[in-house]
Amino acid sequence: MSAATVVRISDLHKSYGTTPVLRGVDLEVRQGEVTCVIGPSGSGKSTLLRCVNHLEKINAGEVEVDGELIGYRRHKGRLHELKDRLITKQRASIGMVFQNFNLFPHLTVLENVVEAPIGVRGLSRAAAVALGKELIARVGLAGREESYPRQLSGGQQQRIAIARALAMEPKLMLFDEPTSALDPELVGEVLAVIADLAEAGMTMVVVTHEMAFARQVADTVVFLDEGRVVESGPPAELLSAPRHARTREFLARVL
Amino acid sequence: MSVSTDLVPPPTARTTPAAGVVPLRRPGRWISAVVVLVMLAAAVRSVITNEAFQWSVVAEYFTAEVVLRGLGLTLWLTVLTLVLGFALGTVLAVLRLSGNPVLVGVAWGYVWIFRSVPMLVQLLFWFNIGALYPTLSFGIPFGPDFVSISSTNLIGPLAAVIIGLTLHEAAYAAEIVRGGVISVEQGQVEAALALGMGRGRILRRIVLPQAMRSIIPAAGNALIGTLKGTSIVSVLAVQDLLFSVQLIYNRNYLIIPLLLVATVWYVVVTSVLSVAQYYVERYYARGAARALPPTPWQRLKGRLR
Ligand SMILES: Nc1ncnc2c1ncn2[C@@H]1O[C@H](COP(=O)(O)OP(=O)(O)OP(=O)(O)O)[C@@H](O)[C@H]1O
Ligand SMILES: [Mg+2]
Repeated sequence: MSAATVVRISDLHKSYGTTPVLRGVDLEVRQGEVTCVIGPSGSGKSTLLRCVNHLEKINAGEVEVDGELIGYRRHKGRLHELKDRLITKQRASIGMVFQNFNLFPHLTVLENVVEAPIGVRGLSRAAAVALGKELIARVGLAGREESYPRQLSGGQQQRIAIARALAMEPKLMLFDEPTSALDPELVGEVLAVIADLAEAGMTMVVVTHEMAFARQVADTVVFLDEGRVVESGPPAELLSAPRHARTREFLARVL
Repeated sequence: MSVSTDLVPPPTARTTPAAGVVPLRRPGRWISAVVVLVMLAAAVRSVITNEAFQWSVVAEYFTAEVVLRGLGLTLWLTVLTLVLGFALGTVLAVLRLSGNPVLVGVAWGYVWIFRSVPMLVQLLFWFNIGALYPTLSFGIPFGPDFVSISSTNLIGPLAAVIIGLTLHEAAYAAEIVRGGVISVEQGQVEAALALGMGRGRILRRIVLPQAMRSIIPAAGNALIGTLKGTSIVSVLAVQDLLFSVQLIYNRNYLIIPLLLVATVWYVVVTSVLSVAQYYVERYYARGAARALPPTPWQRLKGRLR
């Protein structure tokens, strides 16, 4: 049984000014799969994720989510950027979690979670609140609905950020180093939430430096270096028996 | 004067030292406090006892009908200028941040011109607009006109004052709003974009409420500046607070006490605004600190307990 492809990236090129950052990336993520992206700092991991929900414009290649071209439409063999409203709609079904949480500090935990479901999905307030409370409980923070983000620990904030993304009922979740800003003793609680999501069948792309997590949860690990996918494969193979010298060097440094 | 900036409560001297710990004594503090208080008392005494201030006359005219009507006009002008000025200023700030080079240039040019021209000069220009443009027409640019009105009929002193004050305020408001918006972290916008929110919604729900934290103190300053700035309209014989007392002292020559009437009213209104500003700031501080600072009232109650 082969699951449907959720993300298909082909020959993606992206540069900032004249500096190439992504130089022909290919990547596929299937329904319910967890893909961990690893690689040295500056290799383009964040940029890759940001191209998937069109927070960055791309220079060449294409990004498809659920069979739909992201950020562009094809017309007479060329790609034309979509109107803001259509891009906005595409983003609504792709969840993203940032390294620095980026919770809205002026809104309570519950307001953070229900803001987009009400404003973007058009849910009634009652339905959004019910959904929000359920998700807040799911990330283990029931009872903290009325707190403000700054009254929470980093790990708690990141769990709320996950709940906020889930409230849009996304078909794909992107995580950009979700635990890098956390104290070591808080990393576990966030990874546990992500592992639970994987268990529940969420399709995810996770940029991470947590090799133990990648080994445990990932279906595929992708090693990115200098804007290219050097190699990818199941964690047991890639992390234990890398084929490329560059991968070996990187792993030797981080493991 | 603003009572607002100390959102972080100062460490109070009420912490009781643990038994056996003698806090450092500071005799210099006591001496300087006493010296300042004595000087202050002397100044207050001279103001009260100096016959030339004629406080009885001040009291007599303080609530005179003409004065109150003038005060009403001053307040009305202040509020109108604030609302219209900030509405236009917000639009200018959005243009300035739009990234469209033409719009950015126009907004920049507006702010440049209207911050450069003195308020009084601008008012006189608007008052004399008839000399520049004898008729005002509504129609298609470079095309036919639909309506034509003589501008001296349309723009009397009051209209000149409202237009002048608003355009002037808008230039400052644009910079205040823009400063507030760019003080909001870029990650906030990205998180909102990633949730599928549109630009307008992000501005209204995410960026502006957070920008308010730095907009309010500056806007409070601008508001108080505008309140006092409206007194400039007295040169166009618009009957605001200042012009009203001038009307009275031109008849009875009680210049000092009547100027005091206006002064005390300006101080009263400014004080009320300062207190209001404190509470507005406190409202927008939600979530910015782990706990909201106590209101002065709560602080007082805590101290009396
Ligand atoms: N907005 C930008 N303008 C110019 N250069 C940028 C911009 N954003 C990123 N870069 C550059 O692109 C390269 C890749 O950045 P990216 O953030 O994708 O790396 P990364 O793999 O996520 O690194 P890290 O592990 O440190 O997060 C870096 O060299 C960075 O300096
Ligand atoms: Mg990164």
